[in-house]
Amino acid sequence: MIELRDVCKRLGSRQILDGLSLRVEKGMNYVLMGPSGTGKSVTLRHIIGILKPDSGSVRVDGQEVPTMDREQLMALRRRMGYLFQNGALINWLTVEQNVALPLEEHSSLSRSAIQDRVHEVLRMVALDHAKEQFPPSISGGMKLRAGLARALVTQPEYVLYDEPNAGLDPIISHQIHQLIAEVRDRLGVTGLIVTHSRACATQCGDRIGIIQNGKIEVEGTVAEMVASEHPLAKAFLGGGSD
Amino acid sequence: MNLFTSTGAAILRRVDDAGFVLDLLVRTVGSLQKVPRRKRFLLDMAFNAGVRALPVTMVVAAFAGAILAMQTGIELKRFGDTGVLGTITALSMCREMGPFITAVILAATVGSSMAAEVGTMKVSDEISALEVMSVDPVNYLVLPRVIALAVMCPTLTALSDLIGIFGGSIIAQQNLGVSQSRFWMSAQDALTSSAMLLPKEVYVGLLKALVFGIAIATVSCAAGLRATGGALGVGLAVQNAVRNSVILIIVLGFIITWFFYFLNG
Repeated sequence: MIELRDVCKRLGSRQILDGLSLRVEKGMNYVLMGPSGTGKSVTLRHIIGILKPDSGSVRVDGQEVPTMDREQLMALRRRMGYLFQNGALINWLTVEQNVALPLEEHSSLSRSAIQDRVHEVLRMVALDHAKEQFPPSISGGMKLRAGLARALVTQPEYVLYDEPNAGLDPIISHQIHQLIAEVRDRLGVTGLIVTHSRACATQCGDRIGIIQNGKIEVEGTVAEMVASEHPLAKAFLGGGSD
Repeated sequence: MNLFTSTGAAILRRVDDAGFVLDLLVRTVGSLQKVPRRKRFLLDMAFNAGVRALPVTMVVAAFAGAILAMQTGIELKRFGDTGVLGTITALSMCREMGPFITAVILAATVGSSMAAEVGTMKVSDEISALEVMSVDPVNYLVLPRVIALAVMCPTLTALSDLIGIFGGSIIAQQNLGVSQSRFWMSAQDALTSSAMLLPKEVYVGLLKALVFGIAIATVSCAAGLRATGGALGVGLAVQNAVRNSVILIIVLGFIITWFFYFLNG
């Protein structure tokens, strides 16, 4: 379980998070929505330990992330996957090498076992045909799917998705949403999804929280949020949104 | 008061930058045991650095040697002592000009490209991606680059020493009437040592090159790792990398010369 309690974070002169609290139960996809620049990605970076809060608590399975030493942090990160907005693939590695990277760095698997695992996840994200290609020569949707494959290759318990459909057309977005839902349903992976997209929130999410002024302003199940009269919920999940 | 505050802030920024570079160097040295794991990447980096800098270094070294021989030869000719031209050219190239020229060219070509590569990775979240995969960017990105330049800078320096002396020999023969054999005999005298395989000048020059190579790679990677704010930030990182590398080359060159020729005799 991921739990943030009263998290505050100031970056430069801006108070980004101001008492943010949220809870992601095991096996669910929690969708974090909100206007741009309100700290959604910053929240993810606290959970993975790239940023430390000024105050408040960030816990994963009861362990306090900000106080972890380097070894503990590395162990935590091995249990987590992170999908960056643009995939954040290493440009000089092929898709296959990118996906294999976390296993080559940390696992004791043989080369052939690593290859088998890499091909398995590449098939899952329908990218097996592009394994020899380099990131600059593939589309944005393919980069995201490769990023997702890399996040899943270590069989993580949690995956953090940072705007998984940013800049994608509706058809590719739909494929990504299906993949995220499949990751939860088939692999039992817990997800925290940052998105602006109504379609993403309703197709992939179990609970939705909307952040404003550095804290969760309104929260509920997908059905509750879609039916909510709260102005923020209506703005992000109402009929005219997306 | 404003001037005071902004000067203080600028000094603090420089101290912070210097601290970051030193910390990066210490962490790089601390991850030396990972070198075998990064062997392939390291060889790629070393090959690229060599290929990228070799033609320019050789052209510049040849002309630097020629200029050195020409300027020195004009004065020596007045005293009728052009016989030592080979010695002077060889020692000056090995002791100072070779390492300096090579390092400045490496900073401008390879260092700038290192800062741009690492900076682009930083602003496009690739460094963060490495961190979340528990891949240490220092031993994955910085270590191979530092080792590559630590190897390539002395190698290119040795080549530029030779090419520079060769450039000097051409000018000596064409413009100063010193025969090739006389010039090379004089150079050989300077580059032979009875106690060691080569004289102190050559070793000090190669040591300088080694230190310069490490400094250029560390400073350039540090600039890249601190890049923020997209293309503009990457541009600034490249600018910082080249500027700081050149300053360090001059300062470290002075310190090493002072240490070996004044402090240690």
